[in-house]
Amino acid sequence: MANGTTTANGGTWAQKALGWVDDRFPLTVLWKSQIAEYYAPKNMNFWYFFGSLSLLVLVNQIVTGIFLTMNYKPDANLAFASVEYIMREVPYGWLIRYMHSTGASAFFIVVYLHMFRALLYGSYRPPRELTWIFGCLIFLTLMGEAFFGYLLPWGQMSYWGAQVIVNLFGAIPVIGEDLSIWIRGDYVVSDATLNRFFALHVIALPLVLLGLVAAHLIALHETGSNNPDGVEIKKLKDPKTGIPLDGIPFHPYYTVKDIFGAMVFLFLFSLIMFFAPELGGYFLEYNNFIPADPLKTPEHIAPVWYFTPFYSILRATTTEFMYVVAAGIAVLTLLYWRDYKGIWKLIVPAAAVVAIALCFLMEAKVWGVIFMGLSVLIFMAMPWLDLSPAKSIRYKGPIYKFALILFAIVFVVLGYLGVKPPTDILTRVAQAGTVLYFAFFLLMPWYSRIDKTKPVPERVSYAH
Amino acid sequence: MTSDVNQSRRRLIAGSAVLGGAAGAAVTWPFVASFEPSERARAAGAPVEADIAALEPGQLMTVEWRGKPVWILRRTKEMLAALEKDKVLLADPESRQSEQPPFARNEARAQKPEYLVLVGICTHLGCSPTSKLQAGDPSMGANWSGGFFCPCHGSRFDLAGRVFANMPAPTNLPVPPYKFVSDTKIVIGEDTKGA
Repeated sequence: MANGTTTANGGTWAQKALGWVDDRFPLTVLWKSQIAEYYAPKNMNFWYFFGSLSLLVLVNQIVTGIFLTMNYKPDANLAFASVEYIMREVPYGWLIRYMHSTGASAFFIVVYLHMFRALLYGSYRPPRELTWIFGCLIFLTLMGEAFFGYLLPWGQMSYWGAQVIVNLFGAIPVIGEDLSIWIRGDYVVSDATLNRFFALHVIALPLVLLGLVAAHLIALHETGSNNPDGVEIKKLKDPKTGIPLDGIPFHPYYTVKDIFGAMVFLFLFSLIMFFAPELGGYFLEYNNFIPADPLKTPEHIAPVWYFTPFYSILRATTTEFMYVVAAGIAVLTLLYWRDYKGIWKLIVPAAAVVAIALCFLMEAKVWGVIFMGLSVLIFMAMPWLDLSPAKSIRYKGPIYKFALILFAIVFVVLGYLGVKPPTDILTRVAQAGTVLYFAFFLLMPWYSRIDKTKPVPERVSYAH
Repeated sequence: MTSDVNQSRRRLIAGSAVLGGAAGAAVTWPFVASFEPSERARAAGAPVEADIAALEPGQLMTVEWRGKPVWILRRTKEMLAALEKDKVLLADPESRQSEQPPFARNEARAQKPEYLVLVGICTHLGCSPTSKLQAGDPSMGANWSGGFFCPCHGSRFDLAGRVFANMPAPTNLPVPPYKFVSDTKIVIGEDTKGA
């Protein structure tokens, strides 16, 4: 495409310069195929802001992060004071630090909304499974990035938060204790831990994150974007041009839309950053303004808000709860009985019996860690759990609508419980929430099949 | 198609891939191993000496040993009497599953019942429990006979560091090796036999 067309005589010096580049690097080709002639469905709505906003926050985190490392010291004796130094003495250090700390929470807000959009419109469904899985891996990496970064200010919450999470690995049978020592590089969270978490936070995970973001976008642009109707726009193309009938070029239509979204977002972001950067102890926890003290755990410790739904699931897993889990495994095994073919009629029940036995043989602490991990990883299975004939919630039946609303409420309630100290009643609520959380996913192959869906139209509906 | 394949070159490629893969895997070893505690971290952890002369009955002091808090609690007669009361509610009252030097595997979990020495790190996920030494502490309920409470996940321990049943913590708080060098000095990290 770029061959020969550009080296011809004539044209302005700018056209000649572009031609020179195009003969050596596919600049125009990339611009056209990925942006100016990348056809996105014309009916993408409010929920489609959050992908580009995630990218915006990622850039914010990288830029502010680079500038923070110029004054931060990853040393147990100096770290806390260096953050105070950034806040009080480095010109505009307070602003850069608040951009970074507010950005961390904003990242999770936009990513959670971005994921919710996928659950609404079935964006994880074929052919976009890999886009979804890369996205889940981004989420996982982001959680790691947030966890490693949270240790760096070396406050009380940093210290004890890291202590608890690293000790989670200690729950793994046989290798657990050695594994947690290996992660810390010491027998307790110490200078060695801080220094390596710094390296992982500023080099290793950002590189992984950028690679995954690239993979996420490449996969997305291969299949094309989904839309609120869950209709494949590539099925109906203009016979002459080959352009999808319901597609519009990403640029200028969606670049303009996303810039508008970014402006509203930055307005809200600035409100928090300038007027309430701690956001009542949710974005920056009060106990983290006290330097790390290995001898004293704060009276009330809780993870930052974006980890709390998963943390609630960890806390809800008690010895008694394992009876519920065992019953759940039995119910699920019977529920899907007709789906097992051939040898699976033996393997699945046998595996269920082993799992039920393990419920009582392994400590509840180990199960808590397993369930917390599963509650994050289970999103990856979505493309294979949802068997509904319709992708989008607009054409799905009442059961899915109810299940998704319930799941969203449960997610928020678990998040709220995770910042509260555990009491008997709250633990019961968290246990009920844990059951409902997993039921949303594990019952989906059943309820998505019996749900009464509406017929999906040929083309996107634009009147919504 | 297959007849065109040069089999000996195929074998060479497969062989080099296996050897190259093995070399690649071997190269990761030093990086993985560099995450282990350094020689300096291993060498740290010398015994520490605590002076308990000023410790009043019912008072608790904390000393740092291997980066961890170690509590020394001078128990009153009432505190020692309370150990019997809640015995049926404990997960491991005899300390069979728990970590302590043999001399502390008794009800008081101590060499001298008056002085309790514990590593103040919860056996669940490593938080340091808060002292709730007063019987009937309002935050702990009327039946509370004194002990420790982990703020992270709510585990409760009695005044010998023994965990109550149905708590997240699987075992009692560990007792470190220690010995009395005099009536008012304890060395933590060294046992009587290792002296």
